[in-house]
Amino acid sequence: MKNPATSQLGRAGQTSAIIHQWLVFWRKLRLHRGAVIGLAIMVCLCLAALLAPLIAPHGSTEQFRDAVLLPPFWQEGGSLSFPLGTDDVGRDLFSRLIFGARLSLFIGAVVVGSSLLVGTVLGLFAAFSPKLVDDLIMRVMDILLVFPSLLLAVVVVGVMGPGLGNAMIAVAVVCVPSYTRLARAAAMAERNKDYVLASQGVGAGLFRIIFINVLPNCMSPLIVQATLGFAVAILDAAALGFLGLGAQPPTPEWGTMLAGALRYFYTAWWVVTFPGLLILVTVLAFNLLGDGLRDALDPRIQQP
Amino acid sequence: MSVLRMIFGRISVVLPTLIGAALVAFFIIRLAPGDPVELMVGERASSAEQLQSLRHQYGFDQPLWKQFADFAGHAVQGDLGRSIVTNRPVLTEFASLFPATVELGLCAILFAIVLGIPIGCLAAAYRGSTLDYGIVTLSAVGASMPIFWWGLMSIMAFSVMLGWTPVSGRISDVYFIEPVTGFMLIDTLLSDEKGAFGSALAHLILPTVILGTQPLATIVRMSRSSLLEVLGEDYMRTARSFGMSSTRLIFVYALRNALVPIVTVLGLQIGSLCGGAILTETIFAWPGVGRWMVESIQRRDYPVIQGGALLIAGLVVAVNLTVDASYYLLNPRLRRSR
Repeated sequence: MKNPATSQLGRAGQTSAIIHQWLVFWRKLRLHRGAVIGLAIMVCLCLAALLAPLIAPHGSTEQFRDAVLLPPFWQEGGSLSFPLGTDDVGRDLFSRLIFGARLSLFIGAVVVGSSLLVGTVLGLFAAFSPKLVDDLIMRVMDILLVFPSLLLAVVVVGVMGPGLGNAMIAVAVVCVPSYTRLARAAAMAERNKDYVLASQGVGAGLFRIIFINVLPNCMSPLIVQATLGFAVAILDAAALGFLGLGAQPPTPEWGTMLAGALRYFYTAWWVVTFPGLLILVTVLAFNLLGDGLRDALDPRIQQP
Repeated sequence: MSVLRMIFGRISVVLPTLIGAALVAFFIIRLAPGDPVELMVGERASSAEQLQSLRHQYGFDQPLWKQFADFAGHAVQGDLGRSIVTNRPVLTEFASLFPATVELGLCAILFAIVLGIPIGCLAAAYRGSTLDYGIVTLSAVGASMPIFWWGLMSIMAFSVMLGWTPVSGRISDVYFIEPVTGFMLIDTLLSDEKGAFGSALAHLILPTVILGTQPLATIVRMSRSSLLEVLGEDYMRTARSFGMSSTRLIFVYALRNALVPIVTVLGLQIGSLCGGAILTETIFAWPGVGRWMVESIQRRDYPVIQGGALLIAGLVVAVNLTVDASYYLLNPRLRRSR
């Protein structure tokens, strides 16, 4: 019989242990200057994306025909109502960039979410399947890895037809093998540990063992990879947009905005500069955070 | 000997991978919504009979397995079909454009190695200094750089504003160079045209730097961390206690041991290098394989997409094999243990 009092105590102890774990983790992460900078940039981006309609002075596709190719406000001829200038059909660049943040984070979330889910499930099952199935899954992943990721994405989108949806599917497919490999490697290391054998001994089913016992212990490499995967997803989707295969104009996707700006780099530097700068900053933020997480989550690496 | 045995062992893995790659290249085309022939031909075809004869010509009226068997059978014999647009064999087109891509890719990776390893060593030698911090920051930025934007910005700065380098292409229009090796730098040296080599070099510099930026950043980070690990070993402390100079210690003793992870990373670069080449070639109008693939996709030239993807996959497999072989040459311990 369980004593309700001790079980209550146990739960409280568990909660405080979890809080403690998070505190230790946060202290480690805080030492990593890059990770903190990355996190700060990410928070700003998320806020901008969430509050886009409030921050942006104009709509993302609203055209001001009497204000075409206006320079940023600090240059002669610029005005404060278009802080970063306007593009070739008189749309406010600043507003488009802010709405673009929404789109880029959305792309990252969808791509990472779906590829992480598929990749992890495949990897965990591969680790716990008979050798034949394991070999089959991993061989398929090897084959996908043989194609350079951007090439595969370009081909998939080219065949299925350009567009944001297809671009996201293509990038997600390309990202799956890395998660599968990581999840399988981590699960292989756990597979023969005592707690798994014990769980098997008590008669737990395969699903329970994989998702409740093993998965939580395989999370750290996956979390790191998912953070870095955000960067890859945003970069690849922007590259597809730049090639005219991703989001189609007038969608304010950063890469697509650059594709349209190609003709203007002789006359209007701001149209070319700002979208790319934002891609760089966003990708950098996720990469820095990913590196920081790797150091904080990996007990083997000591902090300098 | 063991290198040879390793390579033969690898072939048993490589062959199924290549077959799988052929399957992927084959079925991707069939992902297209609707009739591939109608999509390919678009407005170019007029009558139903014409479509039917085209369908027969490309074998789309055969069962799928037979189509694949035909594709694979011909591919083994080096026949990857003909481009719909130019009607030239896919392999011939690939072969004529491939040297341009190799030239660009080799220069980029050389640029990354020649600059990256010393910079990484420098950062490791002065660990924790402002210099180290600066290098680490810059390499993080470089690794996150969107190539297409970086290319546009450099063209804007160096070609348009400063006028230092040409905007696009491999060589100035004034020169006509007979392709001998396909590598413009070598061909211009072989030809009698004065100034052609300089022009080719000027055209090559900016694309090289753009394509080499990401590998450079990766190599810098990898050499730094790999060297730091080696420098922490006991034998390094011993060497230092004997009064060996830092330069000699790093470049003669530590670097050799730090090289294996660097080569691994180098091998992994081939994928991102291909992706980068697609973008770099598009920006600089570089007549290489990457731009050819993008253009074929825009024209829905399916045989080219299919054949080109397979050829590039084969190339990646070959590079991976080479990298694996070079481990064995670099690291004697691997040779003995197997």
